[in-house]
Amino acid sequence: MSTEPTTAPGAPGARPAVADLTVGQVVATGTLTVDRARLVRYAGASGDLNPIHWSDRVATEVGLPGVIAHGMWTMGAAVTVVADWAGDPGAVLDYGVRFTRPVPVPDPGAASVDVTATVGALDAQAGTARVDLTVTCDGTRVLGKAQAVVRLA
Amino acid sequence: MAVNPQYAGRVYPPSEPYEVGREKIRDFADAVGAAHEAHRDVGVARSLGYADVVAPPTFAVVVAQRAEQAYVADPQAGVDFSRVVHAEERFTHHRPITAGDRLVTVLHVDAITERAGLSMVTTRAEIAAEDGAPVATVVSTLAVRGESA
Repeated sequence: MSTEPTTAPGAPGARPAVADLTVGQVVATGTLTVDRARLVRYAGASGDLNPIHWSDRVATEVGLPGVIAHGMWTMGAAVTVVADWAGDPGAVLDYGVRFTRPVPVPDPGAASVDVTATVGALDAQAGTARVDLTVTCDGTRVLGKAQAVVRLA
Repeated sequence: MAVNPQYAGRVYPPSEPYEVGREKIRDFADAVGAAHEAHRDVGVARSLGYADVVAPPTFAVVVAQRAEQAYVADPQAGVDFSRVVHAEERFTHHRPITAGDRLVTVLHVDAITERAGLSMVTTRAEIAAEDGAPVATVVSTLAVRGESA
């Protein structure tokens, strides 16, 4: 058996433990890329067909600079960083965000969203960690108070 | 038309069951870039203790937003989607959602408040199994701009 640590998503034995963590520790980072095709895919998968996520005409009519990402796409994509770190997507017990700024998605091209996951609180008795997410696009926070409570090994 | 404050406190009848399919979970996982194999491979999901492929943490929005239609699509409710911005969302999982679940949702309109020309509308979708066992609570807040804003 290999003694190398394994971090591949879904690899058994990769799960972090409360005892090994400290508040303030950065546990995971990631960069998410979103283009128009991604938004169409999310619209179909989620059933959220609001045209501000695929039509520049409608988006500008309602006062936006152009097509923006679904806030729920950003929320759902950001938490994958936490789920992969936890080693079990079903371990995310609670997850809440505020949508503070839209993510404009250019055409052609793509927008980049940076995610940093930091331990915000630990509950050894419950075996959970609160992981606070910093989610930015072009250096501006797009999610506020983004917190996930995760059950650990 | 402005948001109708009289809808605060409303509770809608239970939805028709939403049947969670494996391919729906896979499509949703692909869309948000959730790479974990437990979303796709039944064997991996079972090794983690799940009955079938497990849904990503925000998958419940699919179920919740269907239930929200009963409220937001009602013209008398006055929720004009050309004036809506999604303000907040929160998921509390009582247990993970897996393929094969048949989910019944009860939608609550918890609050409608006015704040600086915005109507803040908070709904809560209580998602349960058909036997009533709680599965997820989804709280969503929309900000609706007033006519003059």
